Order: sequence, then structure tokens, then C-alpha cells
Amino acid sequence: MPNVGKSVPRVDAMDKVTGRAKYTDDRCDPHALVARVVRSTIAHGYVKSVDISQAEKIPGVVRIVTCFDVPDIKFPTAGHPWSVEEAHQDVADRRLLNRHVRYVGDDVAAVVAENEVAAAQAARAIRVEYEPLPFVLDPIEAMQPGAPVLHKEYPDNVLKHTSIRQGDYQTAIQEPGLICVDKWYEVPTVQHCHIENFICYAYGEGDRIVIVSSTQIPHIVRRTVGQALGLPWGKVRIIKPYIGGGFGNKQDTLYEPLCAYLSLQVGGRQVKLDVPREDTFVSNRVRHAEKIHIISWVRPDGTYAARKLEMYSNQGAYASHGHSIVAKGMGAFPQMYPCPNIEADSYTVYTNRSVAGAMRGYGIPQAMFAFESHTEDVCRRLGLDSLAFRHKNIMPKGYVDGFSKNENYFDSFNQCMDKAVAETDYVRKHAAYAHQTGEVRRGIGIAPFWYNTAVWPISLEHSSCRMVLNQDGSIQLQVAETEIGQGADTAYAQMAADVVGLAYYTDVHVQSCQDTDVTPFGLGAYASRQTYTAGFAIRQTGLILRDKILDYASEMTRMPKYNLDLMDGEIVRTTDGRVLLKLADLATEAFYSLTHSVHITAESTYQTKSNAYSFGCCVAEVEVDIPLCKVKVTDLLNIHDCGKLINPALAEAQVHGGMSMGIGYALSEQLLFDPKTGRALNNNLLDYKLSTTMDHPHLRAMFIENYEPTSAFGTKALGEPPTCPVAPAIRNAILNATGVEVDSLPMNPHVLYRRFCQEGLIADPWTKEG
Amino acid sequence: MEQQYKQVNFNLNGKDVSCVVDIRCSLTDMLRNQFGCTSVKKGCEVGECGACTVLIDKEAFNSCIYLAVWAEGKHILTLEGLLGPNGELSDIQQAFIDEAAVQCGFCTPGFILTGYEILETGKLYTDDELRKLLSGHLCRCTGYENILKAVKKVMYQRLGKTPEEA
Ligand code: FES
Ligand code: FES
Repeated sequence: MPNVGKSVPRVDAMDKVTGRAKYTDDRCDPHALVARVVRSTIAHGYVKSVDISQAEKIPGVVRIVTCFDVPDIKFPTAGHPWSVEEAHQDVADRRLLNRHVRYVGDDVAAVVAENEVAAAQAARAIRVEYEPLPFVLDPIEAMQPGAPVLHKEYPDNVLKHTSIRQGDYQTAIQEPGLICVDKWYEVPTVQHCHIENFICYAYGEGDRIVIVSSTQIPHIVRRTVGQALGLPWGKVRIIKPYIGGGFGNKQDTLYEPLCAYLSLQVGGRQVKLDVPREDTFVSNRVRHAEKIHIISWVRPDGTYAARKLEMYSNQGAYASHGHSIVAKGMGAFPQMYPCPNIEADSYTVYTNRSVAGAMRGYGIPQAMFAFESHTEDVCRRLGLDSLAFRHKNIMPKGYVDGFSKNENYFDSFNQCMDKAVAETDYVRKHAAYAHQTGEVRRGIGIAPFWYNTAVWPISLEHSSCRMVLNQDGSIQLQVAETEIGQGADTAYAQMAADVVGLAYYTDVHVQSCQDTDVTPFGLGAYASRQTYTAGFAIRQTGLILRDKILDYASEMTRMPKYNLDLMDGEIVRTTDGRVLLKLADLATEAFYSLTHSVHITAESTYQTKSNAYSFGCCVAEVEVDIPLCKVKVTDLLNIHDCGKLINPALAEAQVHGGMSMGIGYALSEQLLFDPKTGRALNNNLLDYKLSTTMDHPHLRAMFIENYEPTSAFGTKALGEPPTCPVAPAIRNAILNATGVEVDSLPMNPHVLYRRFCQEGLIADPWTKEG
Repeated sequence: MEQQYKQVNFNLNGKDVSCVVDIRCSLTDMLRNQFGCTSVKKGCEVGECGACTVLIDKEAFNSCIYLAVWAEGKHILTLEGLLGPNGELSDIQQAFIDEAAVQCGFCTPGFILTGYEILETGKLYTDDELRKLLSGHLCRCTGYENILKAVKKVMYQRLGKTPEEA
């Protein structure tokens, strides 16, 4: 009886609806010491001195460390696999605490106290004297000669610049009769806003340090803590309990090294570092803001002759995931709409702002906003039907990317668009909404998206799995691809049950809480690789376990192994279909047999050397109130080809969440920085506008299940993709409704007011240019 | 600074309890640290996210901005108190499982308690009304879609109706 493909309940649902699921703070001793970080109040400069004399006197303060005390070791934080080649290693550009502060919120000192009140009072009582330097917040300004320099190793502030050159752009644009569409698009800084803030606690054990952390990547954090503290990596143990969301922020080493250091400073006593919401916005990671310039040279028949792309990605103060994010966005450009002549450049630039890192979609939501807005703008300029244009130009069936070897096996882009169009009555509505008058207008828009499932061949991909047979014929399963809310553990249980031959996914006990001492080595939860990458290891290990079980069955039944099968938890003789033995009885015998006792287990690593395209599109319908400059999304539909669905109900739920994040990106979310001081202006959940139940239409998620040929279970990316196409679909719907091209996010009333004034839809009584 | 402590007596999930707390302590911290109610989550500690919701005399509150000492004489219900005498799930908890309304689970206790408050009114609400009643909670994982579905399902169940009849 197959488990894969069924909408079974989550394995962790019971724990989570009863409140007994243990997250980091739930496991921490309530009497643990509490750490507080003292943060830079200036955007750029040097710490001249730190006066802790008043703070030290506060009762309950145990220890204060400053940027002058910490070891002089720079370490990387990105949640990438380590590279043994130095050239491919992540940039190491920060210390535990920094004397050269590079953004408002940078880590200057830390207090350890007996309770939160004392810690907070001491943090406030610490006096930091700075030598301020000029600062820069915009990536293009930061690249100009004479701009303030953040890291002396990067005198022009460019962390990295990469290019794509295809054909001959300069010659191609000479072709007579071409129409040039030249536009800029801009996307803001947003934050992950998982509801559980980042939190960790650390304590000494033997000659080692143990850190319990709300992280997506326990094994990677083990390595970075070792690097940051100058400890052998084996002396660090990371435990990852249930986590209250991550979305990429926790795919980075955040405060685990500092917390471990603080615990070691107080003799290994338990120290908790719980980041307040306000600091989570500013001093964790954010999504890269980008400025994107696209020039398209189009023939009147609607084909591309040549295209140029420039992307400027705002890295903030430290490298974190760095250039890989904008590079991923750039990589999608030539693949999505293949064109023989392409010049593309992307720049990741240090600025004095909050550090940007991984966030759901990893550079693709930014890219898709620009690319799919541009597709619509090109068609408008040429008077072409944008849907027909997409069908004609989008990555065709059979397209193979030379680098990743990914292939569009099924014409998925066109299939997804066809389904979305049919489900929403897109064609009729798009035409009907094109020429409205009046104050409230409706519009419909579409945007496909491109996504890669995992990270091969850019970096290492592998997964290890361990399976252990229990006395009752159930199994334990461990992989290092972590459960972070997405439902991975449930999918793993379903897969393992089928591969081994168990009756139910509930016969598989997934060890959700990961521990680097116990869990097999693996890279954690990132990209959209969990079911794809772990799937290989689960299949391979399951087959080994099954083989060992059948060996034992052969011994017990005295039948040849080739005539035996394990199905639904029973040993079956394949020649006549007779059930010879229950797995539970076999397992008990194997444990306790006086003639041949053996603990049946299996463990293996699978290194993945493939990757897979994930496809889809979004259609949005909106109502635009022009005088109020407000947009209401009235319908939203995402179609995904993520291969075979392991658990349709969880897949659908996953899509809803991604769409919601996309709505926020489109309409309301933006972390604002004061241009005069560099300080974040709205780093709280009141002023930073996450969408609520009131801001959503009924969300619709649908699938086209093309079995992915490279995959162990036919599956591929779904975690991040749902967020990628939503903002451009909403933007194109606003365009359909109003005829106004909005080229920056979020499309909130401030932005729409400016644009509607410029386009003459409303008269601005205050400005002349109108 | 002189710390001040006070004894608080209240009813927690049907049982009379008392404890001594720092008068500056929030209800969230008292419930978590002194009574082991791990269902009371902290997402902001300033009343913005709803993760710390508990029912105080049947009304949903953000316990992070409610002083522990104010609990004196009150009936407090946390998610732990929704289970039946033999540990059975309540209808709304079961609906959260069945409708796949749980992902990371961090917002779940708060949503379930507000859902419970809504359901206890015995009223039939429209979708828009339900959206408004649940809007004090933030969830970053679910897009709220299945949460709304779960609450709505139990609302109809309890009223013995189907959405079509309403
Ligand atoms: S923790 Fe109480 S509302 Fe957020
Ligand atoms: S399920 Fe994760 S925040 Fe709601």
C-alpha cells in the first residue's frame, strides 16, 4: 500500500496542536544566565572605547565582554557546505564582536547576567565611544570612487562581480528595425519574520561546548562555531529542536558562536541568547534589496535579438551568503527566455545596512519581479499579446542548461500557464479589463517563474541516512535535512515506509530533533532540496535495510531470498503470494535469537550529482482603488510543476505560505532605513507590514505532476518556488487595471500615489510635475 | 534595585494554583517558567503577533503584555487545558491536524485558542468576520488558508450545519 502520494497528517501535528512540541526556549533551563548584545548606534565607524564601569555594578551582572576582548578571528557565516578549495570558501569578514562597526545594530559588546532585567539594564549602562566615519546605504553609490570603504580588502565595496556573455550583444543590436525597451526595476529589503525569533543557548560538557539552537543547519553551524572560536570542530555539538520557522534566516550562523564564547567565559554555565524581535529585523539577516536594469532589443515579430542585464545587490555590512544570491537570479535570465545574444552582469556590494542573506527564493523573487514585469512592458511597447509572447519565447521543451544539465522534459512552463489561464478565465478577463475608466478598476496578471531545486553543481550536494529496525518491526529514521515547519519529516516517513516495505508511514519514527553527535552528517534545510536530496539517501538506505531484512527472512523461512519480498510489513513468498512471516516477528527474533542475534540497521550517504528545474506560474486578480491608491488581491492562483507530490495536502499548504509571503513582498513589506542615520525605522511587527488574514484572498494552489526523471521519488523543488512569481503577477494585474507600470516594490499607497500622479490618473495638488 | 514579589492565586486550566512572582513578570513568563506551559509562545513580547495568546476568563489576551499579578482570581486557559480528561484532543485541535493547518507550529497554540474563543460564542460567522476575528495573529508559514478552513469546519460542525445551508 503506497504511502507516497497520500495526504496523510503530519508526523509532528499532535505535538504541535497540544503545545508539547519542544522548541529551543522550551528546553532551556529557566534559570540559565541571559545574554544581551550591545549594538552599534552608528552606521559606520570605529569603537574608541567601551566603558563598562557602571554596568558592572548592576546586581545580577555576571560578565561583560567587549570588542576589545574577543579573539582576533574572522569567520564566515553562510549556510553553505564548506569547500576544501580556498577559492570557493565563504568570505570570512566578521568577528564575534566588532571594533570596526559597519551598520546600526552591529555587535559591539555582550552582557551575561542572572536575569533579563539585569542584562537589559547593564546593556543600557554600557558607554561606547565611537569615531564615526561616513557611511553609504545604496549599492550603486557605494561603488563610486570616493565612497566610504567597509572592508579594506574590497576597496570599491564590490564583494563580487560575475558576468554572462552569450553571442555578440554589440553586433546584434545593430540589426535594423529593432525596438529597444530599456527599464530599471527596484526591490526592497524585507525580512523573514519567522514567528519564533532566533534563539540559542550554550553550555559546557566535558571539554566540549554544546549549543542548542533554532537553526536550519546544525552540521554547518558546528563547523562555523569551530572556526569562530578556533576550536576543533569535534569539540562543538549542536542540537536543533523544533524550530518556529526559518525561511533562510536560520540558514546562517547567527549568534551561536557568540553564545558559545560567552558560556565559555563563565565556566561553561548555561547561557541563553534570545534575540528580541526588533533586533531580529536588524541584526539577523534580510533579503537583498536590488536595483535591476534590463535592456531588450526586440524584433517587431516579438522575438528577442539581444538582451542586457545589470543587477546591483545590496549586501549590507557583511558577506553572509554574498554573491550567490544575485548570481542565482542572473543565472535564470538566459535560461527563462533563451536569446542568442546576452550580456549580463551582477554586482554584490557592501553597504552600511543590515546584512543580507538567504531568504525563501534565494534571489529569484527579486529577479522574477524584474524579468516578468519587463516581459509585460516589452509586449506593451510592441503592442503584443503578452501571453502569446511568453508561450513563444519561454524555455522550450527539451531545453537543457549547459552548466547544471537541467532539462525541461515536459514543456512544463507552457503546461502551467495553460492550466492557470484556463482556471482563471485569464484571456477573456485580460481583454475585458484593458480599457476601464472609473475610480475602482479590476485587473488580471500572470507571471511564470524559474527555479532550481538544489545547489549542484555550484557546490556539494549529498545526504546521509540512518535506519534502525525496532523490535516491533517499526524503524527509526535519521537524516540531516532538517524539519523546519515545511513538513519534511512527514515526507521522509512516507518515502521510507514505501521503500522498506512497511504498512504505514507511522511505522517510521523520524528523529526530528537533530544532534550533530547523533544525526548522520548532512547539510541541513536550504534551497528547496530536502525531499529531492534526502530522497536519494532514504531510497538507497531503505534498500540496504530491506535487503538485510530479507537475508534474515531467508534464514528464518529457509526460502531463497529471490523468492521473498517485504510488503506492508510482511514477508511474502512471491511465487504464491503467501505471507510467511510478519516483520514484527522477524524483528523480535533478530534482536533476541539465541542462534543468530543481530541488530538490523543501515546507513549510507548518497552524493547527488544532478539537479532539477522546478516550474510554475501565478495568476493574480486585483481591484485597484485609484483615489485611495490601494490594491486588493481578489484572486490568487499558483500552479506548480514540482514533480510527483509526496503529500498533496502538505504541498498545498506549503504553497499557501509561499503565496502569502509573495503578497507581502508585492504590497506591503519593506524594512526602511533612515538616510540620515542608517537606522532601521520600522523594525517591529506593528510598523513592518506582514500580511494578515484580512489581506489575503482565498489562496488557490494547483499542481501539474510531471514525474521528475532524475529524482528518487519523482519529486523536486517546492519549498521556495511559491514565493517567486506572486509579486510580478500582482504587478502585471495592476498594469492591466490601470495602464500604469509600477517598477518598484512594495506597491503600497505611497508608491502608487506617486505613480498615479505621474501618469495623470490622479491630480497631485502639491507637486507641479504631477 | 529592590525586587518585589507577590503571591498570585488563580485557576489554571481548571485547577486552583498559586505562586510567588516578581511583580514585573509577564503572564507569559509566569506560565512558561513556573507552570511549564510551553504552549505559550513568544514571538515579539509586545502584543504584535498573538503567539502568546491565552484565555483569561474566556477572553483571548496577549499574555506577554498582561502582568502576571493581574491573574489574581482569574480563570486562565492555555492550550494544555483544551485536552479532555483522558488526553483527548478537542475538536478544534483535531481540525488543525486534519486540515493541515499546522506547519512550524509556533503560531498554532495562539490560533487554536482564539479559534476556541470564536467557537464558544456559538455564533455563525461569515468568512470576512472570521478573517477579522483571527487577524490579531501572525503566521508566516500557512498563508492562514488552512487555519481559516479548520476554524470554519468546526464552526459548522458544532452548529450541525453545512456551509451550503448557512
Ligand atoms: S509574544 Fe505576545 S503578542 Fe507576540
Ligand atoms: S505555522 Fe509557522 S508561524 Fe504559523
